[in-house]
Amino acid sequence: MNVAVVGIGIHPFGRFEGITGLELGAKAVRAALGDAGMEWPDVQFAFGGSLAGSLAGSEESSQADQLVAHLGLTGIQFTNVHNGCATAGSTLAMGAALIESGAYDVGVCVGFDKHPRGHFNAKPEQSGLPHWYGDLGFMITTQFFAMKINRYMHDFGISHDTLAKVAAKNFRNGAKNPNAWRRKPFSEEEILESRMLNYPLTQYMFCSPDEGAAAVVICRADRAQEFTDKPVYLRSVALRTRKWGSFEVFAPWLSTERGHSPTVDAARAAFEQAGVAPADVDVAQVQDSESGAEIMHLSETGLCADGDQEAMIQAGETEIGGRLPVNTDGGLIANGEPIGASGMRQVYETALQLRGEGGERQVPGDPKVGFTQVYGAPGVSCCTVLTT
Amino acid sequence: MGLTKPVAEDLFTDTPDGPRLIGSKCGKCGTVVFPLSTSCPRCGHDEMADHLLAPRGTLFTFTTQGFLPKEPYTGPETEESFTGFTLGYVEIPGEVMVETRITEADPSRLAIGMEMELVIVAFRTDPDGTEVTTFAFQPRGGES
Repeated sequence: MNVAVVGIGIHPFGRFEGITGLELGAKAVRAALGDAGMEWPDVQFAFGGSLAGSLAGSEESSQADQLVAHLGLTGIQFTNVHNGCATAGSTLAMGAALIESGAYDVGVCVGFDKHPRGHFNAKPEQSGLPHWYGDLGFMITTQFFAMKINRYMHDFGISHDTLAKVAAKNFRNGAKNPNAWRRKPFSEEEILESRMLNYPLTQYMFCSPDEGAAAVVICRADRAQEFTDKPVYLRSVALRTRKWGSFEVFAPWLSTERGHSPTVDAARAAFEQAGVAPADVDVAQVQDSESGAEIMHLSETGLCADGDQEAMIQAGETEIGGRLPVNTDGGLIANGEPIGASGMRQVYETALQLRGEGGERQVPGDPKVGFTQVYGAPGVSCCTVLTT
Repeated sequence: MGLTKPVAEDLFTDTPDGPRLIGSKCGKCGTVVFPLSTSCPRCGHDEMADHLLAPRGTLFTFTTQGFLPKEPYTGPETEESFTGFTLGYVEIPGEVMVETRITEADPSRLAIGMEMELVIVAFRTDPDGTEVTTFAFQPRGGES
């Protein structure tokens, strides 16, 4: 893939009064343009994504193309993307494909969201499910993550202590990230003793919905030097959906024939397309909706084998100074989940690390290969490989 | 005693051998799904017939619900009265895994792989006094 990331921008994640999701998105785009030394009229196309406006209890706009009212009415091709938890990744997949097609040289991909407090309360009908499924209290994403990790712990010998270690690491990393929402470290004891929300997962092991935005400027790789002396190259972006036998959120039933998660397919495709092996990865951002998700996604992406996580995490290998630093910006646990922005935050953080601009949380040893993975409803995953 | 009604029609039924969940079986590839469906998610054909699921299986996984769900939940609890519930997937051999309420509230008394059986239980009482019932699974041989 011949696409470079030449500008990155983020609006801090958290809770912000008196500003709309669209305005958060516009700020992230301006930051990315500033980073690339560009102005909005230089942008030939844009893909933007946001979910909040379509969820219950929100008064936000999900029409990302309304960003032009903030950035300038330049008449460009602007496409709205609405693809569940892989929304931001999808903007990047389509933006990169458009550059690869030869249609345009320079574009912006942006994701933003602003969710109300508390868990997502989706309507069953919007997910193609019967009303009774919501009546009984099953329309709660956290139950899925808890049931998946409970089975995984049983099958592969992951301990409760390791669940706590993942969350503690991400809070610690978040404390070093000025853009993170949760910047207070918690001890493993505090995490294990916090309220049990969905066994085996306690309150401090979960991320929460919040607000935020992130954007990138991408261009044809051979033009990258026009905009930056530190280009990061997007070697692949792969989006996959659930197959027969996978275990997904909001599922009244599962097949007795067990299959694998869409993350497995997306990660394989991303590594293959990039010509990079999982062992080559120097820094990874993976979906940690809760600490169990980070553990399972490490193996689903091929970054380790099933069951290896217990020893890896106990030995500190996923810490910033470890063999495979994971969620260096604090992940979803410290940043929260504005769904449309979440995947773009991972790309932002990876580019920052590859440029050596991670500051207090910089991965040592000049990382050269980065990997990102998002996963979520309704059974979608998007993975990218980025290199220096 | 007032009237009783299920949380949804065509979800479960009473038979001389006890309650059964109503699923669908594909006439083309034999795949069983739950609840009723007009098409098969495996082969894509639309030749589904009603199929009563076996009432017993094993616990594939489980969790607890430790906070009161927001709408669309219609359980009877308030923030003050909510004490949580348990749920999981029960694997009905050769058929399907069903997501279900579990009657045992204490997760330390549940174990992956344990034998489970279908029961119909009270879910809530509507303002007109109608008792709304739902399906659930309980550990076999154990009390609920």
